[in-house]
Amino acid sequence: MLRVDGLHTYYGRAHILADVSLDAAKGEIVVLLGRNGAGKSTTLKSIMGLVPAAQGAIRFLDRDIAGAPPHEIARLGLGYVPEDRRIFTELTVMENLEVGRQPARDDAPVWTIEKLFAIFPNLAEMRNRPGGKMSGGEQQMLTIARTLMGNPRAILLDEPSEGLAPVIVEQMARTIKALKAEGLTVVLSEQNLHFATMVADRAYIVEKGRIRYSGTMAALAADEAIRLQYLSV
Amino acid sequence: MSALAVQFLNGLASASALFLVACGLSIIFGVSRIVNFAHGSFYMLGAYLAWTFTRGLGWVGYGPLGFWGGILAAALIVGLIGVLIELVLLRRIYQAPELFQLLATFGVVLVVQDVTMAIWGAQDLLGPRAPGLRGAIDVMGQRFPQYDALLILIGPVVLGLLWLLFNRTRWGTLVRAATADREMVAALGVDQRKLFTSVFFLGTFLAALGGGLQLPREPVQLHMDMAIIADAFVVVVVGGMGSVGGAYLAALLIAQLQAFMLLVPDFEIAGLTISIAKMTLIPSFLVMAVVLIARPYGLLGKAPSHARTQASVEPVVRVTPPLLAKFGFATVAALILLPLIADEYGLMVATEILIFVLMAASLHFMMGPGGMASFGHAAYFGLGAYGAALAAKHFDAPMEAGLVAGPVLATLGGILFGWFCVRLSGVYLAMLTLAFAQIVWSIAFQWVAVTGGDNGVLGVWPSIGKTGFFYLSLALAVVGVLLLRRAIYSPFGYALRGARDSALRADAIGIDVKRVQWTAFAIAASFAGLAGALFAYFKGSVFPTYAAIPKSVDALMMVLLGGVQTISGPLVGAAVYMGLHEQLVRATELWRLVLGIAIIALVLAFPQGIAGFAAKRWAKEDGA
Ligand SMILES: Nc1ncnc2c1ncn2[C@@H]1O[C@H](COP(=O)(O)OP(=O)(O)O)[C@@H](O)[C@H]1O
Ligand SMILES: [Mg+2]
Repeated sequence: MLRVDGLHTYYGRAHILADVSLDAAKGEIVVLLGRNGAGKSTTLKSIMGLVPAAQGAIRFLDRDIAGAPPHEIARLGLGYVPEDRRIFTELTVMENLEVGRQPARDDAPVWTIEKLFAIFPNLAEMRNRPGGKMSGGEQQMLTIARTLMGNPRAILLDEPSEGLAPVIVEQMARTIKALKAEGLTVVLSEQNLHFATMVADRAYIVEKGRIRYSGTMAALAADEAIRLQYLSV
Repeated sequence: MSALAVQFLNGLASASALFLVACGLSIIFGVSRIVNFAHGSFYMLGAYLAWTFTRGLGWVGYGPLGFWGGILAAALIVGLIGVLIELVLLRRIYQAPELFQLLATFGVVLVVQDVTMAIWGAQDLLGPRAPGLRGAIDVMGQRFPQYDALLILIGPVVLGLLWLLFNRTRWGTLVRAATADREMVAALGVDQRKLFTSVFFLGTFLAALGGGLQLPREPVQLHMDMAIIADAFVVVVVGGMGSVGGAYLAALLIAQLQAFMLLVPDFEIAGLTISIAKMTLIPSFLVMAVVLIARPYGLLGKAPSHARTQASVEPVVRVTPPLLAKFGFATVAALILLPLIADEYGLMVATEILIFVLMAASLHFMMGPGGMASFGHAAYFGLGAYGAALAAKHFDAPMEAGLVAGPVLATLGGILFGWFCVRLSGVYLAMLTLAFAQIVWSIAFQWVAVTGGDNGVLGVWPSIGKTGFFYLSLALAVVGVLLLRRAIYSPFGYALRGARDSALRADAIGIDVKRVQWTAFAIAASFAGLAGALFAYFKGSVFPTYAAIPKSVDALMMVLLGGVQTISGPLVGAAVYMGLHEQLVRATELWRLVLGIAIIALVLAFPQGIAGFAAKRWAKEDGA
């Protein structure tokens, strides 16, 4: 579904990503683990075309999307949920969802407002509330719902558990599993190993812009040395 | 009492017209972050085209489209012209530095001016009156035109329609979202380019509609563009850039003030007649000043939250290489010998270039090390010129005194205006400098009793001959440039650059950022004032155009041609630009058209600026 090969990304002269390769099959949940500043967000932004990839191939559905503008990538069915949520604070919940709306596709789960409100019941109760007047957890739900409005085939989820209360984190994990059940492919970035273990099938570990490890979640759980070396646990 | 009521209604009618123009400007800025100088040109084109449709081709009555149809058709056509300009020009420069965007749209202004003149001629054109609205209504015993009464309604109606458009349609929702965070909107699959083009259509359509609706109220003429753009800028700044509601509020406020000013009787201070009624831009200034102190981003505006994704290339100031210093000495030596070989014309051209070198150096001081882009540097040039000329005219001051009076007046202006300007940054600051320059211009233009208005101040002759004046200009230009250079490398200069590069960090190490920038502003103003005073004696006369927008653009072109990054850049830029400009004006009647196209071509060819281009080349060579 999604395949990245030899990706290099720079911010100005700083070489941030070096030779990053990863892939995600249809219906799979893949997690990018790494400490703060490892390069997880930059990887997702490079895939989405928000940060130019200097080198490397990015294939989505057998199309090379490296260098394509973000809106075209989004229209191919790749959704993006930013780590800082980026809710339109002046717009209401309904309007935020409207911005994300795109036509339905045959080969991807179709989302309607009602269906989304069934998954995110909080949002249903605040349809006309401005995005700026919501709690962090509610905003996190809204930003995911907004991306789902585009009926994506796959989504990039940047640190969905960041800054959320434990109860909400549990809820988030259930949500992501519900997305998988719908047949969606998910690439998420995380620092929280516990959360990743709850949802993901496979993991990559990123450090200083390089992939240091790749394997199934079960294999990672068994490999304490790796966890101690690269993750803050 | 009834006079007050009528003035109030007049204010409402003017507010409607102002609102149509300003809200278009504001909407365009909100989404594309482009400050569209050409907005006034679209207003003017709307008026001219509407005139053609309703009156121009010898129609019987109002022409085939009728009065309203003609105005609407004109606005639609201008909207399409706007789309064309967005597609071929603006679309390529959305990522360029703001100043280049301003310059490019100013290029459009110049082109439109000459094209309009070529099509419709220079004479004022009288438009038809609206059908069925030729009469007046009775307001407490006073007559008030029916058409103006209709205009009063049009403002709120358009405001309401825009509200519906922005709040009840998908398009409007997308536009509001894009105003807040363009990148996120794109990541959600929305093609920003289409959004920008449609927004530009709406904005230009509204401007042209505003122009067309003026037909029954005032003659159509070639100065409409610059006259409205200053007011529109003030309204947008006061209302908050990007806010439609704010634009209406600000338009109301300013139009009402302007209307009531007309009732203030003339009075005398120290033998000078002051006619508030004739200074229509003063209330705008007062409102803007008060609002900006209380709310720097306007009545309903918000501080820009999401900064531009692409990091802007900060200008650096490099140390002068020894070779360049030698070259500088050689140039000065050659200039000292110039009077031996040059004829009178050559000497005059050289003098003028020297004066503009000083002007460009002062602007560079503000823009390069200061990081404050001024779109109104002509204000201080003009104040310097008027300071010298008025001292000579009203107080019989000798040239020496005039050359002091000019810079003093300019410095005072710089201190006053700078106090407001340093509170803002980036494009907001540029807009404000422009608004202040327009105020200086309007005082020069409208305070006829003191400045002579359009006729200027004549007979400001130097007390020395042409050669002597050349040497004087050379000496002052060299001393001025060296002083500015010294300031750049002094501790003050380092503080200034520190403030430019990171206001937060500069603050943290104890630099009073605003005070440092304010001081730099005043210094730049004083040297521009010196250039202006010299120019007054050079020309022997002073006119309001010295403080007008095209002069500011001249100065900007010089600095940008030479490059912001080096101190020598603006000097070279001034020489090259003045030389070319001089030739151009002599060579063709349509010099505005050629200059406008040249500016546009330059911006398209070097969207990061010539300096940015050179710096990239430089970096590449360094790397190789
Ligand atoms: N806009 C930016 N400009 C320059 N450097 C950046 C920018 N964003 C992130 N970085 C740097 O890139 C590195 C990777 O950042 P990021 O991808 O956000 O890491 P993560 O998401 O894993 O925490 C960090 O060292 C960070 O400082
Ligand atoms: Mg991150």
